[in-house]
Amino acid sequence: MADLNLDQHISQQFNDELEEVRSKVLRMGGIVESQLSDAVRAMIQGDQNLAREVADRDIEVNALEVDIDDECVRILARRQPAASDLRLVMAVIKTITDLERIGDEAKRVGRMVETELSGMLAEDIRSEIGYMGELVQQMLTRVLNAFARIDVDMAVDVIKSDNNVDVKYVSITRQLITHMAEDPRSIPTVLKVQWAARSMERIGDRCQNIAEYIIYLVKGQDIRHTEFADLID
Amino acid sequence: MSTEENARPDLQSDQTEPDQTPSDQTHQSDLLEAVPPAEEAAKVAIAADRLSLNYAGRPALDAVTLSIRHGLVTAFIGPSGCGKSSLLRCFNRLNDLNDECELSGTVTINGEDIYRPDVDVIDLRRRVGMVFQRPNPFPKSIFENVAFGPRLQGVKSMAALEDTVEWSLRGAALWDEVKGRLDRSALELSSGQQQRLVIARAIAVKPEILLLDEPCSSLDPISTLKVEELIHDLKSRYTIVIVTHNMQQAARVSDYTAFMNQGRLVEYDSTDVIFTNPKDKQTEDYITGRYG
Repeated sequence: MADLNLDQHISQQFNDELEEVRSKVLRMGGIVESQLSDAVRAMIQGDQNLAREVADRDIEVNALEVDIDDECVRILARRQPAASDLRLVMAVIKTITDLERIGDEAKRVGRMVETELSGMLAEDIRSEIGYMGELVQQMLTRVLNAFARIDVDMAVDVIKSDNNVDVKYVSITRQLITHMAEDPRSIPTVLKVQWAARSMERIGDRCQNIAEYIIYLVKGQDIRHTEFADLID
Repeated sequence: MSTEENARPDLQSDQTEPDQTPSDQTHQSDLLEAVPPAEEAAKVAIAADRLSLNYAGRPALDAVTLSIRHGLVTAFIGPSGCGKSSLLRCFNRLNDLNDECELSGTVTINGEDIYRPDVDVIDLRRRVGMVFQRPNPFPKSIFENVAFGPRLQGVKSMAALEDTVEWSLRGAALWDEVKGRLDRSALELSSGQQQRLVIARAIAVKPEILLLDEPCSSLDPISTLKVEELIHDLKSRYTIVIVTHNMQQAARVSDYTAFMNQGRLVEYDSTDVIFTNPKDKQTEDYITGRYG
């Protein structure tokens, strides 16, 4: 865990402003986390009411995104932050964009439940997609913890774990192709499941993005678009 | 970004703290290796080597070693009394005027040791011009302020003087504002105009280096922006070294920034690095306004 001493500014007001932004990001992360977990549960259980709740909570997430963005603009204009303070503000601006998109993807998964006849979802697919949902939920929880603790090691673990999600996505896609080949009548349903799997794969990518922002925040090093082997070095 | 801008300045480890961590040492050795020595030497305008300075026995500079690159703007930042202005005054031997001043180490300008006994100090100060915190125009006309230096150098031709005055005032972005009243007293100008006049006076003698000691501290924001714009324009012709308390100004105008504290050079790197990802905790604490 890195110690950025965010509460050590001579200006107590600035300490408070940065703390406020950080706590709002975590609040937003908490809502998105619950959206994702409910969306996965709704999909597995075919619970359409739960799926609608996921969509409803999007309003709150969007409002927080706007609010945090405003707060960051105010800090940039009034405080002109430098070094780790500047990197924190930049990391927050980028993180909330990805969090909002994760919320959107969760909403997409939920929308699939609203239209999909859950009875048509084969047991093996249901189990696989449930497992993929667990993987991305773990990624999101861990990356939010990494943000809260400003923990680079945990962020690196999150980046590593995205590979598991990608592998699972390929495996599910293969299974879905088999289903479609075996029973063409299942194609409309299977396509929706495929979109849900795709949304979860994108959530994994967005968790990885957030992990990269945490590394940038602590190390001052932009590791986007670099090979993972370089990162380990 | 050009190769020159990419290259990092020379920074040696004389300011190493006894309890310095291995990672700090690694960072400094990286800096040393960043530029091949021959290429570095060709681009260095000012080099200080183990430069220490005492005022009446009180240390002001402690073994400062650094190279300032030619044709760029280098800013010095740090708390009051950290030695940044003292260092600046070593670059044109202004500290010589203080009898209680003791200096050790070397300063070279374009490879020449400026503290050698045979150095012509008057010529040195022509080559290394200086602008101070408060505008200090002479109580003469605008024209005579700028023509003062060239006259001292022996220029007598009025046509040549007029050319120099116009060239210098244009260079200092003041010509359009004063061209119709060159015979009026310089003291009638606003503070911002006076400071640009002083810069015009400094460049009239064709210096190689301009030292600016908090040049905007007594100016309003608009005048400050004009001087900053001027610094940007002038850097294609001169090596500029600026001392400033205004960190945003250092961030805006300089290519390299040096952070000093208690007479020591703490960190010296490209301005982008200093303001986004400084390596030293003291620098980080200072530029982010934390308790050091």
